[in-house]
Amino acid sequence: MALKEHKTPLLDELEKGEWPSFVTEIKNCASKNEMSNDLLGLLEKSYRERIGFWKHGGIVGVMGYGGGVIGRYTQLPEEYPNIEHFHTMRVNQPSGWLYTSDALRKLCDIWEKHGSGLTNMHGSTGDIVFLGCTTDDLEPTFADLTEAGFDLGGSGSDVRTPSCCIGPARCEWACYDTLAVTYDFTMHYQDELHRPAFPYKWKFKMSGCPNDCVASVARADISIIGTWQDDIRIDQDSVGEYSDNGLDILRDVIMNCPGKCMEWDGKTLEIDNKTCRHCMHCINAMPKALRPGTDTGAVVLIGSKAPIVEGAIISSVLVPFWKPEPPYDDLKDLMDEIIDLWCEEGKARERIGEFIQRVGMGNFLDAIGLEPEPAMVAYPRDNPYVFYEDAEEE
Amino acid sequence: MADTQKRITDIGPPDYKDFMSPAMKANYGKWKYHEIIRPGVMVHVSETGDKLFTVRAGGSRLMSIDKIRQFCDIADKFCDGYFRFTSRHNIEFMFTDESNIDPLIKAINDLGHPVGGTGNSISSIVHTQGWVHCHSAATDASGVVKAVMDDLIDHFKNMDLPGKLRIALACCLNMCGAVHCSDIAILGIHTKAPIVDNDTLPKMCEIPTVVASCPTAAIRPSTEDGKPGVEVIEENCMFCANCYTVCPSMPLNNADTDGISLWVGGKVSNARTEPTFSKLAVPFIPNNPPRWPEVTDTIRTMVEVWAQNARKFERMGEFIDRIGWPRFFEMTGIEFQKEHIDDFKYAGLSFKRSAHLSY
Ligand code: SF4
Ligand code: SF4
Repeated sequence: MALKEHKTPLLDELEKGEWPSFVTEIKNCASKNEMSNDLLGLLEKSYRERIGFWKHGGIVGVMGYGGGVIGRYTQLPEEYPNIEHFHTMRVNQPSGWLYTSDALRKLCDIWEKHGSGLTNMHGSTGDIVFLGCTTDDLEPTFADLTEAGFDLGGSGSDVRTPSCCIGPARCEWACYDTLAVTYDFTMHYQDELHRPAFPYKWKFKMSGCPNDCVASVARADISIIGTWQDDIRIDQDSVGEYSDNGLDILRDVIMNCPGKCMEWDGKTLEIDNKTCRHCMHCINAMPKALRPGTDTGAVVLIGSKAPIVEGAIISSVLVPFWKPEPPYDDLKDLMDEIIDLWCEEGKARERIGEFIQRVGMGNFLDAIGLEPEPAMVAYPRDNPYVFYEDAEEE
Repeated sequence: MADTQKRITDIGPPDYKDFMSPAMKANYGKWKYHEIIRPGVMVHVSETGDKLFTVRAGGSRLMSIDKIRQFCDIADKFCDGYFRFTSRHNIEFMFTDESNIDPLIKAINDLGHPVGGTGNSISSIVHTQGWVHCHSAATDASGVVKAVMDDLIDHFKNMDLPGKLRIALACCLNMCGAVHCSDIAILGIHTKAPIVDNDTLPKMCEIPTVVASCPTAAIRPSTEDGKPGVEVIEENCMFCANCYTVCPSMPLNNADTDGISLWVGGKVSNARTEPTFSKLAVPFIPNNPPRWPEVTDTIRTMVEVWAQNARKFERMGEFIDRIGWPRFFEMTGIEFQKEHIDDFKYAGLSFKRSAHLSY
């Protein structure tokens, strides 16, 4: 069947220029798939009229799951009948976005058979995104996916697909096994991931060191960021080499150290590790000379989110140092405490960060049985409106 | 379902261990250091002496299955089929034979993809769906990103910037790509209150939920001709589209008043300074597809001012912190307006509360 030809003068402009063009990608699929072809036409119309033409998602999904599929319908089904349904499927990516060509070819074949052929590699949360599926094709796609060893990710008010950096598979700075923790948590929370039953979404992100390559501190309800407790390992000869090769150690490294804890006399670099803030700067600047210590683990932070509903939050310290040891039951138990409390007392569409701000961090810690620690605050409160608890009730 | 096959559920993702190359497995957790040999090419050296080379290709997040298959072919040819994606839509090919570097780069370039994004450069822009797929988008995502990356591609291919440059785009305040801690955040915004459709609203939405969805309490229940509905107090609306997200009867997309705001100086990494939010640079730029020239020009101006004046390693926000915001506005020529001054909760924290000023 010949595909309807959509003229796309505006989108064609976006095939010019050196950066890889998403328009070329859509056109590739449009040449053999009627859904993608109608998408191309609809998008050109959006470019012409400067507005989107998508309706709200209805509730669609695969049997027994509440998450993993985002319903999407165009507002213009008469004009673009092939994208009347154009749902998104989130496919849970492997830890660290590691693949073999065999596995990816299988996914491509499945998506060629059932959908538009368009993907996002990857969506913002980390999933492989299959863009554009009809309602009827959801279940068959799912069957083929699970047959190939893949499963859907999270969506809606559930545990969202956890994601992590490359970790110990290729990074010398990984202070814990991000890939293993991510895989373990993903498997542990399969039910919570597929069947939304929370007040709102819940994201885990695992970064191997304070460089935070998966931006966990900004966009995860639980941000697990690798760090170390002992001394930075120094290879003095290599430090000398960096200096000889033109790195201005005083200006570029030491003056940038937030702990003000380094000294360099032209020969020897000294670090007062007691006040090192584990920021990674000196290590980033001289990766051959400096390494994190060997007593490694992670800081667990809680609460970050984008603005919706009550404003954006950056995660704050919950557990100053966690030593990850499989099966990670200590952290999972703590998560269960928090999630239970939040499910019981959180309001609809209230993220955990907002919940904590509403009830107060102190009360929150009480409720989950965690002792307050100075590492949890940037500084103690500076306002005197203290809600002292009645000593007699204690 | 008339299906004889047993339905498989809750198996989770494949085990990552099955997707690690032999070199990764052998050196797992034993990496000692890495070097950036040239833009887009790294070598990781293990305590065992093994070396693993990585070539990073810039990718567009929206990809056809044919493109993925072409990347698979490259991986088969040079990497025994093993490759990965990064958190910023880049594609990384890893291999142990150094002589593969040049032919691999050529294969990637032949496919129309640049190599780069390492060290002090701009990496690919993380972004959301935009007009391609989202109901509340105030701008397109992929198109703006393509235009900005076309303009800044030299900074992707060369490590000629003072520090890392991380740009992100979200097509509305929902920020399904949390962009609010980026060196430069491109944020789609609506600037008109939702138009309430009280004919459909009671059927499609629960009124208390709609009322409660508004962060600024701009929505209240109303009755029109004895029929229940809601009304929006327009002065209180800050166009976040929260209400529209919970209720389709409150659309606020508008071709003339939707557009883009630009934010600067955020970061997530802990290096030197703590993670911090991006701050408002430009309150509103109308949508101007297909290439959004006002957006790309303003971003280029900010990037060049930073690139020419920042100290080594200084990220955009650290640079602005040092020179002060007045100087930033002066140097970039961006007009400072009323919208730049916060007027929401705790707004006073962002006022200048000292005499620390530069003249
Ligand atoms: S890690 Fe950061 S705080 Fe610690 S010594 Fe290095 S630069 Fe200073
Ligand atoms: S757009 Fe946001 S601020 Fe405006 S009425 Fe809706 S929820 Fe309230």
